[in-house]
Amino acid sequence: MVLKAFFPTCCASADSGLLVGRWVPEQSSAVVLAVVHFPFIPIQVKELLAQVQQASQVGVTVLGTWCHRRQEPEESLGHFLEGLGAIFSHKPWFQLCRERGSKSWSCKATHWQGPTSHAASGEDQVMLIFYDQRKVLLSQLHPPAVLPDRQAGDTTASAGGLAAVFDTVARSEALFQSDRFDEGPVRLSHWQSEGVEASILVELAKWAAGPVCLLLACLLSLVSAASACRVFKLWPLSFIWSKLSTCEQLRHRLEQLTLIFSTRKAKNPAQLMRKANMLVSVLLDVALGLMLLSWLHRKDLIGQLADALIPVADHVAKELQHLLQWLMGAPAGLKMNRALDQVLGRFFLYHIHLWISYIHLMSPFIERILWHVGLSACLGLTVALSILSDIIALLTFHIYCFYVYGARLYCLKIHGLSSLWRLFRGKKWNVLRQRVDSCSYDLDQLFIGTLLFTILVFLLPTTALYYLVFTLLRLLVVTVQGLIHLLVDLINSLPLYSLGLRLCRPYRLAAGVKFRVLEHETGRPLRLLMQVSIACILPCSSKGLREPG
Amino acid sequence: MEDEQSFSDIYGGRLALQRRCYSPSCLEFCLSCPRITLRSLTAVTCTVWLAAYGLFTLCENSMILSAAIFITLLGLLGYLHFVKIDHETLLIIDSLGIQMTSSYASGKESTTFIEMGEVKDVVINEAIYMKVIYYLCILLKDPVEPHGISQVVPLFQSAKPRLDCLIEVYRSCQDILAHQRATSTSP
Repeated sequence: MVLKAFFPTCCASADSGLLVGRWVPEQSSAVVLAVVHFPFIPIQVKELLAQVQQASQVGVTVLGTWCHRRQEPEESLGHFLEGLGAIFSHKPWFQLCRERGSKSWSCKATHWQGPTSHAASGEDQVMLIFYDQRKVLLSQLHPPAVLPDRQAGDTTASAGGLAAVFDTVARSEALFQSDRFDEGPVRLSHWQSEGVEASILVELAKWAAGPVCLLLACLLSLVSAASACRVFKLWPLSFIWSKLSTCEQLRHRLEQLTLIFSTRKAKNPAQLMRKANMLVSVLLDVALGLMLLSWLHRKDLIGQLADALIPVADHVAKELQHLLQWLMGAPAGLKMNRALDQVLGRFFLYHIHLWISYIHLMSPFIERILWHVGLSACLGLTVALSILSDIIALLTFHIYCFYVYGARLYCLKIHGLSSLWRLFRGKKWNVLRQRVDSCSYDLDQLFIGTLLFTILVFLLPTTALYYLVFTLLRLLVVTVQGLIHLLVDLINSLPLYSLGLRLCRPYRLAAGVKFRVLEHETGRPLRLLMQVSIACILPCSSKGLREPG
Repeated sequence: MEDEQSFSDIYGGRLALQRRCYSPSCLEFCLSCPRITLRSLTAVTCTVWLAAYGLFTLCENSMILSAAIFITLLGLLGYLHFVKIDHETLLIIDSLGIQMTSSYASGKESTTFIEMGEVKDVVINEAIYMKVIYYLCILLKDPVEPHGISQVVPLFQSAKPRLDCLIEVYRSCQDILAHQRATSTSP
């Protein structure tokens, strides 16, 4: 196999020194993690590497030498570098060299056979692959650590070629703790050598998260225990809770909050992403709810809404009355059965009258109720929207009742019609065998059956029309409620954290790698640049080529 | 070393195959598709604008004309950015993997990289697409079954070259794959 050397881009301008990293024999690749600068004491370098190996379980060793000079190295330096090869024995021993200020690199890999001449050792072709340490560390393309008692170098055969590289870099955090400017015995150069990169806010948040999570988890467990008590499971209350969408939404939010503030850490990046998404959506929800609350209070909209509610309800009732008067006349030119028409029409008109009286009875309390509902927006915009949907359901309860009456009547009529139609043809429904059988009826049975059939057939248009009208009204109400629920579901389930990551830190959502061939001169090793390619949200993305043909 | 050859695709359009050999273990093929012609662009634009003008004479609403201009511009931008592929590149690196890049006319590039450990073979397949055509594809190994194939990834899907071009690419790929198999350490 061609020998590969993964070299970090941050070390390309570092001073000469030793290459430190890990050798992956299955892929014939050497992953360089850092450069140790001159002067150094070999014993201390070996101690540091042993410490790092113990801390991170990555087999970090000295891989070779790195030379960054103005011109080609002189003979004395060449012998010195070979001498180093005898102290830190490693097969194969890499010698990377770069002329300062130019793009020409040279790389030799020798298999050290002992203090014999070079001619006996083999020199292999080496491919240099540059990678950005910071991006590789932060992208999560390495397989997650499965077992805590894994040995270094274990199961890398199952981890694919490049995943092993990423794994190495990600697990070597211990090596990146000390940098070039430290006063320690060994001076290293890597991506943190300009100073350890960290954010104060993130560190503070991590430190404060522990006790805060514990406190909130206790509170939430109290709340869920209170809501699970026996009182709420009795029949009328449990029925009402199951019908109201507000309770559903509150229960959902409680579950989400319990998951976010649980004291168990997330096991893998996917779970962490899910927790982060939930947290961001809860925060956005509460923020939007508070904005709504402030907007309502600033313009005193609650008072205006309460004042406008009764006239609106009256207006709706009046429109319904007009509709029923129209149905009781000759709607759309159809001729209705006068008696049935009058009966149904009056029945429904009485219902509307009852409903209006009920609304007028409630009118003094409307403002108070609305004010409390507005306060519930503190819990989130989704809760306010669910309450709105419930209020719409309650206000249009009469339409629901009309729909139920019309549907039941129509259903009865259709059943009667189908059964009498079978009688008309001389057949019967066999309940035992669940099929239609022929049956011989008596003459009087046939006579009465046919009479009833005729009556039902002629009364069909009236019932069908009422059914149609009220079903359409009910459909309208259901559509409005459905739109509100859609909005609530959207706020609940939109992965805002992932979207934000895609915009601000795309390498965290890495989907793979891509390679670019850098300028090539004959006689020099092949140089490639490995970049982390980001996941694309648009459908016509790079995944297009991966679909099976 | 670099060389360029001229081939044709299954519809008769002209394709240019550029082959770059960076080292014995690294090879790049770049297939350029026929460019968008002025004639087709003019034809589409004229059709759209004539239709819009016809609607305008019926409705006397000048918004139709501005809408037609917008639609033409947006449609052209969308076509160049999402549909029209300028060239497709195949980069094979011994013992690392195979990378396919599609460059769109607006400069957008979409890349897919397949590691060598997942590649079983590169073959030329036949397909029936109103007539018999040939396409080059990569067979991926099945992790569960050692002799099975989990996926077939077709190459050069928008360029659609003919068999003579495919044979050139196939021969070079097989050289590198054979070398990789010979020196591979895993079974």
